[in-house]
Amino acid sequence: MGLELTKEEKDMLEGEYGKATRKAMEIITTLGEIYGASRLIPVSSVQIAGVSYHNLGEAGLEYLAEMAEDGKTRVLTTLNPAGMDLEEWKKHGIDEEFARNQQRVVEAFAKMGVITTCTCTPYLIGNLPHFGEHIAWAESSAVCFANSVIGAMTNREGGPSALAAALTGRTAEYGMHLRENRVAQVGYEVQATLSSTDDFGLLGEVIGEKTGKKIPYITGIPKASTEELKSLCASIATYGGVALFHIEGITPNKTPKPEINEVITQEDLENARKTLDDETEEIDFISIGCPHASIKEIARVAELLRNKKVSESKTIWITTAKPTKDLAIKMGYYDVIESAGAFLVSDACCAVAPLKGKFKTLMTDSAKACFYARGKNKFKVKIRTIEECIREATS
Amino acid sequence: MIELKGRRIFSGKVEGEALVTTDDISFYGGCDPETGEIVEKGHQLEGRSISGKILVFPTGKGSTVGSYVLYALKKAGKGPLAIVNKSTDPVVAVGCIISEIPAVDQIDIEKIKTGQKIKIDADNGVVIIE
Repeated sequence: MGLELTKEEKDMLEGEYGKATRKAMEIITTLGEIYGASRLIPVSSVQIAGVSYHNLGEAGLEYLAEMAEDGKTRVLTTLNPAGMDLEEWKKHGIDEEFARNQQRVVEAFAKMGVITTCTCTPYLIGNLPHFGEHIAWAESSAVCFANSVIGAMTNREGGPSALAAALTGRTAEYGMHLRENRVAQVGYEVQATLSSTDDFGLLGEVIGEKTGKKIPYITGIPKASTEELKSLCASIATYGGVALFHIEGITPNKTPKPEINEVITQEDLENARKTLDDETEEIDFISIGCPHASIKEIARVAELLRNKKVSESKTIWITTAKPTKDLAIKMGYYDVIESAGAFLVSDACCAVAPLKGKFKTLMTDSAKACFYARGKNKFKVKIRTIEECIREATS
Repeated sequence: MIELKGRRIFSGKVEGEALVTTDDISFYGGCDPETGEIVEKGHQLEGRSISGKILVFPTGKGSTVGSYVLYALKKAGKGPLAIVNKSTDPVVAVGCIISEIPAVDQIDIEKIKTGQKIKIDADNGVVIIE
């Protein structure tokens, strides 16, 4: 076998560090062998997916509880969204049994030393790697943001493999951890005006579908905000399979520039918009914050909702990380949003919460949210700007 | 007797009846975690249970949550006895490790037929057709 282990790594595999660490090391080394890695490398940060009880089920929870018997994280580890706001779940219509099971999931992670902020944007709340740092993240949008926007290095981990990296502090050196696999493969020139998060989501849909797993090099984007980039990352990873892209003048990774043979026009974006614009009667659910809203986005939503009332027949969720919600409470945004009848929901997101059957139609600024709302919840969808979403909610 | 040589994914020795498909399997959404029945529409094994069989298929596909489906099946006593792949994907590999299901890959699976009695010696990466 080609995979060489250090003394400490061998000891982990032989159970010297306990049962959970042994199991974790079995996962890491087997993946290393499958992908032909020659060694393991230390990781400094982990993001774990598979947190919502809705996805995990009882068996997933049982596995976590087993790992929590003697497993302890060795590096900074945060969690993906759960199926509910861990504190205010009741008023969002989550039932008691689900809430109890969701709490058990979070408790199992806490026992292992995981920081139990449940968010798909760990980089906004203190799990922020730097350029060139090796990390092991699950959550496809965060993986894409870490690799592309920050220039950290991670494969797209699954829930158990990310947990395994947390408990061993290692990952196998393959894929995105090797510079030669991070080179741009296809060039795209954007000849369209992108002015908001929904536009960047649509661009991600167009490029994602064209590029599949080939690494894109994108030109023609003069500037982009952090919020717009997180929207692009979410949708390019949802509609394609990419864990990394390059944008000329914006992203930090060095790569030879491939020949530009694809042009993305305004018409391409408009066509993409049409594919995310179902025939619907009445919109009953509006969601902002996929990926989780930044404090800047929440401030903007609060401004739009000031002195307005959400219509009786509609529900609006603005989803975010708990530390961001706390900041929104401090700044008074929470009170403005909630007194308008909207919900500022932390820890959860509309893709992993048990919402099936509760609503029929979703309006959102997120192309990724559209994909999961259709696939998992059978909602009809409409993609719009944040401003249009709020107008719909209060109309 | 035919001996096929491959690679260990997760160790263990078992013998049992082969259930073979040339379709890839997505455990999340494609296999009922309580009964072990393949439920993916149009799949060669649709309606058949993988429970207690040595499941032989090319490779896995689909969501990483699939690893937990294998774990759920094993806990419910409905898991496959072992898994034999042409090329094991990470979702199935992780699923076999966490649920301790013997698994071997890099096997010429076309040589195995449904209903045959086969032996797996995963530690040595060997599949024996009786």
